[in-house]
Amino acid sequence: MALKKQIQELQKRREEAKMGGGEKAIEKQEAMGKMTARNRILALLDKDSFQEYDMFVQHEARDFDMAKKILHGDGVIIGTGTISGQPVCIFAQDFTVAGGSLGLMHSRKITKIMDHSLKMKVPLIGINDSGGARIQEGVNSLAGYGEIFFRNTLASGVIPQISVILGPCAGGAVYSPALTDFVFVVENISKMFITGPEVIRTVLGEEISMEDLGGARVHSEITGNAHFFAENEPECFEQIKKLLSYIPGNNDRKAIKCCPKPPQSKYRIGEIVPDDPALPYDVRDVVRAVVDDSEFFEIQQLWAANLVIGFGRMNGETCGFVCNQPLVLAGVLDVDSSDKAARFIRYCDAFNIPIITLVDLPGYLPGVDQEHAGVIRHGAKILYAYSEASVPKLTVILRKAYGGGYIAMGSRHLRADFVFAWPTAEVAVMGPEGAANIIFKKEISEAENPDEMRQQKVKEYKEKFANPYVAASKGYIDTVIAPEETRNILLHAIEVSVEKAVSLPRKKHGIPPF
Amino acid sequence: MKENKSQPSPKETSELKKLTILGDTYYTTFTRKYQEKQNWVKPDKKKVISFIPGTVRQIMVKPGDKVNADDKLLVLDAMKMLNTIHSPLAGIIKSVLVKEGDRLPKGTVMVEFE
Repeated sequence: MALKKQIQELQKRREEAKMGGGEKAIEKQEAMGKMTARNRILALLDKDSFQEYDMFVQHEARDFDMAKKILHGDGVIIGTGTISGQPVCIFAQDFTVAGGSLGLMHSRKITKIMDHSLKMKVPLIGINDSGGARIQEGVNSLAGYGEIFFRNTLASGVIPQISVILGPCAGGAVYSPALTDFVFVVENISKMFITGPEVIRTVLGEEISMEDLGGARVHSEITGNAHFFAENEPECFEQIKKLLSYIPGNNDRKAIKCCPKPPQSKYRIGEIVPDDPALPYDVRDVVRAVVDDSEFFEIQQLWAANLVIGFGRMNGETCGFVCNQPLVLAGVLDVDSSDKAARFIRYCDAFNIPIITLVDLPGYLPGVDQEHAGVIRHGAKILYAYSEASVPKLTVILRKAYGGGYIAMGSRHLRADFVFAWPTAEVAVMGPEGAANIIFKKEISEAENPDEMRQQKVKEYKEKFANPYVAASKGYIDTVIAPEETRNILLHAIEVSVEKAVSLPRKKHGIPPF
Repeated sequence: MKENKSQPSPKETSELKKLTILGDTYYTTFTRKYQEKQNWVKPDKKKVISFIPGTVRQIMVKPGDKVNADDKLLVLDAMKMLNTIHSPLAGIIKSVLVKEGDRLPKGTVMVEFE
C-alpha cells in the first residue's frame, strides 16, 4: 500500500520534470518553430529506446534569489538510447528551462553522460539550445564549460562526437561543438557566434542580423564551422542517422558493413570527364559511378566546394572520398579546401576508414588574400594529414595533377598505398601553356611569329608531358587504367590492404600546422 | 559521349567563369566567398587607421603639429581598454579626421600626415 503511494509520488515527479519549463515556455519554443528537447531526443532515437538519467537533479545556486527557483533537470536532458540498433549517449539542452542556460549542475549532467560515452565507447550526440552561461552562477558556469571542453578533447578520435545546433549557441558555448567531429545546423534555427549582434552593435557600431552573423547558412557556406545543413529539424535528424550508419561506434572498430551493391548504371564513368582539361565536370558523378548504389554522402557540401569530401561504400565497406572539384574554382587547393581535406583525412584515419582520393587540379589558388590568410600553413595540413594517415590510402588521378597540388593530393610520395591514373591524367609541374611559356621563353620571343611558335611549343610539351606515362615510367603511378576499370581495381586494392600495418616513429604526438 | 549532365555544353561553357592558374585558363564557377573577397590595397603609412573598433576619448594633436615617432596622438577606448595611439613616424599632422566621442569601426582613418 505504501509502495503504491510512493510510486504515485514518483510518477508525479516524473511528470513534473517532463514538463521542463512549463506549458507556456513549451508553447513559446514551438512558436519559434523549434521542437522541445525531449521531443528532439525521441525523434532521433529508436522508438522506446531512450533511458533518461539525472531527471531529478536540482541546481544549488543560492545567490540572486536563485534558491527560490526550481529548474527541472537544470535545463538539460541526458540519457542513453539506440539509433538503428546502435548504442549512443545523448544530451539535449532544454531552452524552456531558464533558456537552457548552463549552470554547475547542468554541466555536471553533460559531463556525466560524456564520461559515460567515453567509458562505454559509444558515440556522443549533443543537442545545443542554450542562452549561454547562467550569469547567476558566475564562475561555476565557466568551470562547467571548461570541464566539457576538456572531455571533448579527451574523447576526440576515440568516439564519434556529434553536435546539433538547434537554437542559440553563443559565447564560450560554441567551443564544445567546435571541438567535436560533426556539427549539424538548421536554417533559421541555429545561431552560433562568439559575440552576438547586440554586442557588435553597441561596442562596434556595426549593424548585422543574427542570421547574417552566425546563421546556419553562414556556418555552412562561409565559416566552415558546420558540416551538415538542413532546412528543418526532421531533415537534420535523418542526416544524423545516415552519418551514424557510415561510421564506427568507436576507434577500435570498423564501420558496420552494408550489403554490397553495384553502382547505378546511369552513371557512365567513361563519359563524365571532358577531354579538354580546361572544361569542368562534377566530380561527384565520378564518385557515384564508383560507389555502391551510387550513394555518396557528402560532408560540408556548401563550404570550400572546390574540394569534395564524404562517405561512400565499396562492396559494403565505408570509404572516405577526397576529391578536387573542377566545377568550382577549377578544383584548386586554397586555405579553406586544405583545412576541409586535412581534417576529414584525420577523421578517416582515426576511425579506420580507408581514404580514396580523386585528383584533378591545376594547383593552388593565386592571390594576396590567400597568401596573407596563410595558405602555406593551411596547405601544409594536407601534406601532414596524408603522410600521417595509416589507413589504406588509394589515389586515382583522373586528369590534371600539377605541381604542389599533385604532391598534396594523396601522392605516392606521401605514402599512398596505390596510385592509379586514367589515360587522360597529366602529371606535370604545371599546365602546358604555362610551362611552354617559361621553358621556351627565348625561342618564342625570338621567333618571327611568336604566337605560332608558342602554339607549336605548347603542342610539343603536351605530347611529351601531358600524360600519365612519364610518372608511370618512374613508378610514381602503379598502373594506368581505363575509367571503367576504376571500381574493380579500387575494390581489389581495398581487399589486399585489409591487414595494412605501418609503424610510425614513437612520439607523444606530432605538431601539425594547425 | 556528350549525353551526360556533368559535362557542360558549349552554351553552358559561355556562362562559366574563366580562372587562370599558372598560365593555363580553365572554365569553372566561383564560390560566394571568392566573389565577395576584397582586393588588397597597399597600406598608406601616412594614414593612422583604427586597428580595432572603438570610441575616441582624447585627441592630443591638431593639424600643423610637428610630432616625433612614438608621440601620443589620441586615446581609443576599445574592448574595455584605453588604448593610446602613438605616431608611427616623425612628421607634420595634415589633418585629424575624428573628434572626441566618435565611435569608429575598424579601419577608419583617424589622423593623416603631410
